[in-house]
Amino acid sequence: MTATSLKKATLVVVAVVPLAVIGWRFYDNKLGANPIRETEIQTGLWTLRLLAITLSVTPFRKSFGWNFLAKYRRTLGLTTFFYACIHLSMWAGVDWFFAWGDMWHEIVKHKYILIGMTTWLIMLPLAITSTKGWVRRLGKDWARLHRLVYVAAVTGTIHYLWAVKKDTFFPLVYFAVFSLLLGYRVISARQKSSREIRPRSDASVAA
Amino acid sequence: MLIKKPADIPSSEITDEDAHLNRRSFLAVAGIAAAVIGSKRLPALPLVARQEDKPNTLEEITGYNNYYEFGTDKEDPAANAKNFRTKPWTVKVDGLVKKPADYHFEDLVKPYKVEDRVYRLRCVEAWSMVIPWQGIPLADMIKTFEPLPSAKYVQFTTIYAPNEMPGQKLAILPWPYVEGLRMDEAMHPLTLMVTGLYGKTLPNQNGAPLRLVVPWKYGFKGIKAITRISFVDKQPRNTWQISSPNEYGFYANVNPEVDHPRWTQASERRIGQFRRIKTLMFNGYAEQVASLYAGMDLRKNF
Repeated sequence: MTATSLKKATLVVVAVVPLAVIGWRFYDNKLGANPIRETEIQTGLWTLRLLAITLSVTPFRKSFGWNFLAKYRRTLGLTTFFYACIHLSMWAGVDWFFAWGDMWHEIVKHKYILIGMTTWLIMLPLAITSTKGWVRRLGKDWARLHRLVYVAAVTGTIHYLWAVKKDTFFPLVYFAVFSLLLGYRVISARQKSSREIRPRSDASVAA
Repeated sequence: MLIKKPADIPSSEITDEDAHLNRRSFLAVAGIAAAVIGSKRLPALPLVARQEDKPNTLEEITGYNNYYEFGTDKEDPAANAKNFRTKPWTVKVDGLVKKPADYHFEDLVKPYKVEDRVYRLRCVEAWSMVIPWQGIPLADMIKTFEPLPSAKYVQFTTIYAPNEMPGQKLAILPWPYVEGLRMDEAMHPLTLMVTGLYGKTLPNQNGAPLRLVVPWKYGFKGIKAITRISFVDKQPRNTWQISSPNEYGFYANVNPEVDHPRWTQASERRIGQFRRIKTLMFNGYAEQVASLYAGMDLRKNF
C-alpha cells in the first residue's frame, strides 16, 4: 500500500465517522422521537457538507498552492455520492419501505422529492465516470461532464430549501457557500480564457 | 379516575385510562373503530384497524414538539420552555360577547369539569401521535361568555413574550401566533381547551397553561399558551395562512386527498412506529365532523 492510498483510506474512514455516529445514535435511541426522519435529515446534510468540501479542493489548491489536495478529490466526491446513496435508501427503504407506487407518486407530484431524485441522478454518472479508465476515454469531455457537479450542488440545496417549512436559514447558508465556490470557478475560468485568447488571435494573424 | 364521556362521541374516539393502559381492551376498542370506519368508504382496513392508536409515551409527547416560539427544532421546546412563566396568567375574552372580561386562568377554568380525551394528533408535516389530553370542551366555556348572534368566528392569540420565548425574537413567523375557528367548529363537542395530559398539568412545551386541540384538523390549528379569545364577525387570518397562503389555509382539516403543495398528506408516520400508516379523512373523525363541511369544496377550502 502506497502512502497516498493509505491516506485515502484514512480519509474514507474519517468521512464515514458521521454515518457511524448517526448509526450509533439510531441504535442507542438518541435520535429523538422520529429517528427515521432525523436519519434522513442528517444523511442529507452530510451529503451537502461533503459536496462543499469536495468543491473546495480546487480553490484551496490554487489559492494556497496545496497541490497535494488534488489526489483526494475523487475520494471526497465518491464519499459524497455514498452519503447521497444512504440518504436515498433511507427514504426508499425505511421511510417508504419500498412502496414503489407511493414513491413514484411522490416523485412526480412533489417537486422537492423530484429535485432530490434529480440530484442523485446527476451525481450517478459522475460517480461512474470517476475511474481512470473513464477519465482517459472521455478526454476533454470528462471535465465538461463533471461540471454537472455544480448543477447537483444547486439542485441539492433547492431540495433542502423546499423540504423545510419556514426555517430557511441553513438552506440559504448552503446556497451562499455553493455560490462562492461556483463564483470562484467562473472567475478563474474567465481569467484563464482571457489569457488563452491572445496567443490564439496571434495565430490567426499568422495564418 | 372518573371519566365523563359525552354520548355523541363513540368510545372508538375516546378510550378511557384502562383501555390505554391495557392493550387487550384497547384492541377491542380498535375493533369497534375498524367496524365504524370500515362501514364508510375507506377500504384500507388493515391500516384502519388502528392497532396504531396506542397512546404515545409521555417522553414522546413532551420531547417532540412543534412550537416555534421556543425554536424550530423538535427538541427545542422541551429545552427552551423550562423557564416559561405560566403563573400568573390572564386570558382576555373580548369582541362580540355579552360578558367580555379579563380572567385569571384559575377563575377561567374553575367552573368546568375537566374531561379525559384520547385524540389522534396529525401534524401537517405528516407525522402523528395519540395523546391522552385533559381539558374542557370549548363549547362549555363559550356558552358562559355568551357570544352575540353577530359572532361568526372565534379568534385565539398566543402570549407575546419574546424575553421568555426566544423564537419570537426571530422573524420566522409573524408574532404573536393567531388561530381561529368558525363558531360551529368551536362549539363542536370534540373541540377541547386543554389544561393537561397524562393526568399532569400541561407541560410548557405542549402549550401550558391553556391550548386548543381540534383533533380533526392539522396540529398547527392547536394554538398554545392562549392569552386572548376574541369573538369576531370575519374569518380570522391565522398565522400559517398569513405566512404561506398557498400552503396553509384557514380550515386545515386533515384530508388525505388534498396534498400539501410540497408533500403528500395521504400517509403519515405515527411517532414510535416503523411503517407509515394511511391518513384518515378528518383524521378519523369524519363521522362526527364531516357534516360541518357539507357542500364545501375541501380542495379550495384547505
